[in-house]
Amino acid sequence: MHELSVTESILEVASTHANKANAKKVTRINLVIGRLSSIVDDSVQFYWEMVSEGTICAGSILNFSRPPAVLHCNDCSFDYEIEQLLIPCPQCGSYKTTIKSGEEFFIDSIEVEKDTESLL
Amino acid sequence: MTASTIRVVEKILSTNDRLAQLNKTELSRLGVLGINLMASPGAGKTSFILETIKRLSGKYKIGVIEGDTAPVTIDADKISAVGMPAVQINTGGDCHLDASMVSDGLNQLPIADLDLVIVENVGNLICPAAWDLGMHLNLLVASVPEGDDKPYKYPNIYRGLQVLIINKIDLTPYVQFDMDYFRKGVELLNPGLVTFPVSCRTGEGFPSWIDWITKNISKS
Repeated sequence: MHELSVTESILEVASTHANKANAKKVTRINLVIGRLSSIVDDSVQFYWEMVSEGTICAGSILNFSRPPAVLHCNDCSFDYEIEQLLIPCPQCGSYKTTIKSGEEFFIDSIEVEKDTESLL
Repeated sequence: MTASTIRVVEKILSTNDRLAQLNKTELSRLGVLGINLMASPGAGKTSFILETIKRLSGKYKIGVIEGDTAPVTIDADKISAVGMPAVQINTGGDCHLDASMVSDGLNQLPIADLDLVIVENVGNLICPAAWDLGMHLNLLVASVPEGDDKPYKYPNIYRGLQVLIINKIDLTPYVQFDMDYFRKGVELLNPGLVTFPVSCRTGEGFPSWIDWITKNISKS
């Protein structure tokens, strides 16, 4: 699994944005990772404490939003969620589908603390 | 102290994606076609590369970047033995290659003299799918003995492909593999995907693949 490299990338993106905003400390990172991604939240959380130690992100909380994997049937326009295994359209049996959600893989926002004077 | 929220909306692997774009730009500038070749362990990646090189070597110069999780040069040695430049990249246990590793590999190859670069990714159907390497074609070597359910179980890797090879078709009579079920799964994920059923052992299917890749090399 590649959770360690993903965790390092989260640290890099979050730290860059925090520094650019002259933040003192990052308190929370809001991630959007679709269900189609094979990332395991718990492993990222586990690595996070180690990877972020001594950085601007130390002690921050990772908040995962996991949009469901939804397919759209191109033949009958039915939208359906897939849980475990990929399946053809449950309404008409078609294999012609488009992925509507579940592929998201980004940092939406970070919550930070700033020195009051740096806002002046 | 004041608390505030900063809007980021940036892809988690954005640094990798930027490096991948640089790899692609460099290859395109030099007119070299790049292939990211992925597969599970044992699907026949190295055999497929060797057979492809054998059939293209009179016409084109091909470089190979071999990704492995351990410092073994078995695969790179096989490529060097057929007279093509090969570079071994040891990922140090990591489950995939990333764009910076490939950039290092490209720097060690005489790319200006090459027509085609094949990057043999680490044998794995999950992790390589998440890292863009900046190659022009993402190619998967699937194989009949792996089973016909793989597209359903590993959807991500099938989603990002431009070419699919189904290897070891000579074994079809001996294993349970429903080609129709397999291809329907692929169609669900990647409609109209260019697919070549082949056998590295008998050479079946290779002429169509070689025709197709030759056209793509001359376009680049």
